[in-house]
Order: sequence, then structure tokens, then C-alpha cells
Amino acid sequence: MHSDASALELILTGDPALYAIVRLSLLVSLSAVALSAIIGIPFGAFVALVRFRGREGVIVLLNTLMGLPPVVVGLAVYLALSRSGPLGSLGLLFTPTAMVIAQTILVTPIIAALARQAIEDLWHEYRDELTAMNVGPAGRVATLIWESRFSLVVTLLAGFGRAAAEVGAIIIVGGNINGYTRTMTTAIALETSKGNLPLALGLGAVLIAIVIAVNALVWVARRTGESFAC
Amino acid sequence: MRAPASDLPIRFDAVTVRSGAVVMLDRMTLQIEAGAPTVLIGPNGSGKTTFLRTAMGLIAPSEGRVTWGGAENAPPLRRAFVFQRPAMLRRSAQGNLRYALAAAQIPRARHENRVGELLALVGLDGLGRRPARRLSGGEQQRLALARALARDPAVLFLDEPTASLDPAATKAIEDIIRTVAASGIKVVMSTHDLGEARRLAGDIVLLHRGRMVERAPTAAFLTAPRTAEARAFVAGELLV
Amino acid sequence: MLRRVLLMMFAAVLLAAPARAQDKFIVVASTTSTQDSGLFGYLLPLFKQKTGIEVRVVAQGTGQALDTARRGDADVVFVHAKSAEEKFLSEGFGVKRYPVMYNDFVLIGPQNDPVGVRGKDILAALRTIKQKAAPFVSRGDRSGTHIAELKLWRDAGIDIAAEKGPWYREIGQGMGAALNMASASDAYVLSDRGTWLSFRNRGVLAIVVEGDKRLFNQYGVMLVNPAEHPNVKADLGQQFIDWLIAPDGQKAIAGYKINGQQLFYPNADDPNA
Repeated sequence: MHSDASALELILTGDPALYAIVRLSLLVSLSAVALSAIIGIPFGAFVALVRFRGREGVIVLLNTLMGLPPVVVGLAVYLALSRSGPLGSLGLLFTPTAMVIAQTILVTPIIAALARQAIEDLWHEYRDELTAMNVGPAGRVATLIWESRFSLVVTLLAGFGRAAAEVGAIIIVGGNINGYTRTMTTAIALETSKGNLPLALGLGAVLIAIVIAVNALVWVARRTGESFAC
Repeated sequence: MRAPASDLPIRFDAVTVRSGAVVMLDRMTLQIEAGAPTVLIGPNGSGKTTFLRTAMGLIAPSEGRVTWGGAENAPPLRRAFVFQRPAMLRRSAQGNLRYALAAAQIPRARHENRVGELLALVGLDGLGRRPARRLSGGEQQRLALARALARDPAVLFLDEPTASLDPAATKAIEDIIRTVAASGIKVVMSTHDLGEARRLAGDIVLLHRGRMVERAPTAAFLTAPRTAEARAFVAGELLV
Repeated sequence: MLRRVLLMMFAAVLLAAPARAQDKFIVVASTTSTQDSGLFGYLLPLFKQKTGIEVRVVAQGTGQALDTARRGDADVVFVHAKSAEEKFLSEGFGVKRYPVMYNDFVLIGPQNDPVGVRGKDILAALRTIKQKAAPFVSRGDRSGTHIAELKLWRDAGIDIAAEKGPWYREIGQGMGAALNMASASDAYVLSDRGTWLSFRNRGVLAIVVEGDKRLFNQYGVMLVNPAEHPNVKADLGQQFIDWLIAPDGQKAIAGYKINGQQLFYPNADDPNA
């Protein structure tokens, strides 16, 4: 990315480095959200519906973990994935996979905590009916997840927002390598530290535009879904 | 697959149900047999809802036993319940019915036909595709009824099904209940409305403060109540 | 539906990862000032064209870069702090140190030079700054620049750790951040020339001292010792080092210019570097 060009010029000329950075940002954050959903939604449903010992403690813990500081997570994952660390033989440090791992750790508690709340609310609403219809545990989970789909989508968006915005974790575990692990946020951090503030601001505007676009897409999908609430 | 034996008679043996320190049902002993509808009446807090839920199997007794056709802990395979404020799933009316059919393990091949029949039975044909939550109160009650009937129950419980409905909607529900009862399904329901009890009941059960005060065939109950509470209730006085 | 899209994208990432693994690549731990100068953007494509090896540069402070190499997370380390590099070697983490190039540091300060340090004598300048308590930004991050700065204070006869005051601001960050802060607070700061030349947020700052031999900044490159960390790509790493010190690489280094000005002076053939 040429430092003399403004962000607008880079967009209009289709600068490959800029588009690579945007692509990587989306790939990392969306993958993290997908993984977090796969782990977090069933876990949240489980906590919502099953009465086990220590349940209250788990709920408090989940809500607390929503506020995990990204730099701390980044440092922990870095030490774990370092060649000198326990998972070093995987050779994952300074790769996009490491970034996905770090962001998944950050986003999963958000999705689990919010999913738990949404599903628990719906459980209160449907408990009688589902019990009277003799629906088993698996059926209840599936039904409640489907019934709470609109809330869950908002939950996923919250997770995506968190992932797309953070820089502390991915810059540590990714190394901000040019052309390989550089994302929008890490590029902004770099250009800022180089004193290239206009470019940094421009990239920031691009990032915000992308996040708005994702939210708008989901809003459209939601509206179409609602009108067909079948 | 589907339990062949009937859940009737439903027998309460000295059943007490407590909620915290409050006694909801107090040493209830009675038996519900097949036949014409049994209607529970009584003031608020008398235990009507608790009784129905216990008879359905949603509540476990704190003391005493409930048996269905002689069996304890019989799963509600051929029982169904219409709640006072039914919860509609966030899907269409026919989506709700299909869900109930699937939950009752009715083979999918029969779903299409059954959905049509049930909608017609409760007078909702044409509204199949509408989102269930957008139906009126009366329509939702009828859909809840259809959902319950989708289970092909032997016993149908209804908790004050017309409490929040206007006279037209009330009549519609009562007509359906009459049809259902006539088809051989045992109806067990509660109501605030003595007139409704008269219109629908084969026998009437009066509850007061968690106890069964009197039980008699409808005509006998209304013309010659034996207990003081029953007399007061029939006379329209307040029972507190 | 949305979830299906997400799962497909995740699958794409998974598929992309092994594909990258087939490329030949090495990880080089280097410094933020070297990266900020833009040198890598210029050099590495030339190296890749010649050998097909992709160089992934993780840019940190010198101290952190050496630690990354100590942990075995890099194959080659390329920094500019000779004493720290030699310590690294003596600990057994490096194979051999090769001098590559040098650039110089410059003292940056407000254009109007309020305490009057402008000139060629860096030690005199530092003494004046301390005496007059002029605001001074230090990187404070164990980087090559920071280590050089500390040495200059020592050579000026000042024990900066003991004698600093509120005028001395240690920020623990990279060169760009230090320059940003100096620009925002009209302070003096020691910078490498490369970062300064590419720095855009100058405000009222300008070079006030340059050319003093003490401002000489030597770069060295080392292969991380495969005996310590068997995962090190010794062959590919050595190819990179060999290219840097060979005439091809040295010429490329000299050819890198900002605004027509050469930044780095190759000196791989200097035995004392």
C-alpha cells in the first residue's frame, strides 16, 4: 500500500494490498464468529435449560468473560502458540489461524452469554407448551434456538462487531505481517504509528463502512425473514 | 410408538400440592372417568389450574399419588392441554400444527391432510399461512385447541379457555368443545362462568381453597346443591 | 441461511491455510523502525523474485524481536543493537552475526530550537537538554534506538535513570509513536533517519543535530540456532542472509531511496561493523 495515496485513491484504483487487507479482516472476523456460534449457542442453550450445580456461577462467569481484555487474550494465545509454548509444534503463531483462535476466545463468551439470555427468556414463554407436547430435551433446544433466531442474529452481530473492531489480540498473535496477517485494524495501528494519520483515518472510515454494510445486510435478511415468519 | 392403553381413569389419591408454604391442593381424592365433560368451577385461587396441571402430569404431587389408567408416571402421550394464555410459536398457523403433529410423532405423510382437517375443525381454514402471532385472541385460542387435538388425545384439558374472549369467540370455542366431546374425547376443563358449566358439563366439580367441596352431575348440582358453598356459588354469592 | 454463509467462509479460511503452507517462507524478526522505513517493502520482492522464498517480517522492538527469536518463533533476526546481538549469540541462540548495513540517527526537535542545541555535537546537545529540562521523548522499549539513546546519555556523562525529571518522557512504544508525541508536545527526540524521512506528522519538528559519528546505527543479521530450535528453517534462512550480504543484496539496499535520498549504507564487508 503506497503511503502517499489517500484511502479513497486506494479504493478507487482497486489497490490489491488494500483489498487483501479487507478480505483478510472479513475472513478472520467472520470465521471467528462462525466458530464462536458453533460453540457458544449450544453451550448457552445448555446453561439456559439444564439445572446443574454451579449454574449461577457459570452465568456470572460467562457475563464477566464478555469483557475479556483483547491484549490479555492475545498475550495468552501468543505464549501458548509460541514454539517454546505448549502448542508450539502446531506452528500456528503469526498466521491468520492464530488470529481466528484469539478472536474466537474473545467472541464465544459474548455469544454464549447473550444466547443463554435469549433462550432462557423464550423458555419461560414456551415451557408449558413444550412440556405439554412432551417434547424431549433435544427437541426443546432445537425449538428454542429456532424460535430465538432473530435475537441470536443480533447476538452474532454483536460478536462480529467485537471481532472486527479489536486489534490488541490479533496484532500480537498475528505479527501484523505485510501481505499475510495485516488486517484493517492492524494496518490502522501501523499507519498511525508511522505518523501517516490521513491514511489511518481513511482506513478507519473504510472499516466502519464495512461494518455498516454487514449490519445492513443482516437487517435486510431479518426483515425478509420476519415477513415470512413461518 | 403410541401407547395403546388409555390414561383413564385419572385417579387422585389424597393428593396435596404445595408451592413453597402455600397449599394449592389439599388432600384431594377423586377419579375422572371417560364420558361427558367434567367441568371445574370455583373462585380464583381455589386450585382449578393446579388441579388441571397435576392431572395432566405437569406438576408432581407433594403428597399422595396420581395414576393414569392405573399407572404412575405415565407420559402424556395421549393427553393434551390448552393453556389459558397459549403461547404461539413464531411461525404460521399451519407451522404450529405441523410442529404439534411432529411432537406427537404422527407420520409426516399424514401431516398435510391433518393440518387441513384441524384448521377446518376449529374454523381457521384460509388462515393457515398467517403468522400465528398475528392472529386475534380468539383465533389463537382456536389454534391452541387445534394444536392440542393434533396429538389425537384421549383426554383434553382446557384451563379457562374462554376467559379472555368476547361472546362470539366464546361460542365458537364452546361449539368446538362440544364437537370434540361428542367424538369420544374426554374433556376436563375449568371455567369462571356458571352458564358455561351448565352448557358443556356432564358433571361439575366445585373447588374451594384447594379442596373438592362438591361433585355432582350437572342438573343435580345446579338444581339441588348439597353443600353450603355450592348453594352460595349457584346463588351467585361470592365465595372467598 | 446466514449461518451457512458463515460456515462457507470459515471453510474458505481452512482451505486457504494449507495452500499457503506449501509456499517457501521464513519468519524474520526485525524492528519497527526498519519496517517503518519501507525498506522491506522494497527489498523483499526482489529476494522473492530471485529465490521464490517469501519473507514474513514480524516487526517489534529490538528487545522483543530478540526474545521472539529466543523462543524459536522466528528463523532469522535482523536488528540494530550490536551489544544485544552479541549477548544473543553468547547465549547460544544465534549461529553467527553478519553486519549488513548502517543508517544514522538524527536528533529531532522544534524548528525554532528553544534550548539552542542545533549543530553537530550530539553529546553537547544532550547535556544542554538535560540542563535546561527541555521536553524529551524516549522510546523506553529496549529497542535498538532506545539502547543507542541510553548509550549516548552515558557517553555525555549523564546517569539518565537517576537524573531524569518530568521533562524526560518514556513512552514504551515505537519510533512513529515517539515522533507523534514529540510533534504534539514540541519535544526533542532521537530518531533513525529512515523513520523520520517517511514520517508525515511533523508539525513544527525538524532535524537539529546530525552527522555526529556517534549517531551511527549498525544493522546485523543472524540465523536463529537450529540446535536450540529444530523447527528453524536453517537452509532458507541462510539463503536470505547470504543474499543480504552478497553484492546483489547490498546493491539493492543502497538503491532504496526516499525522496531521492539514500537511507541505508551497505557495509557487509566491514569487519569492524
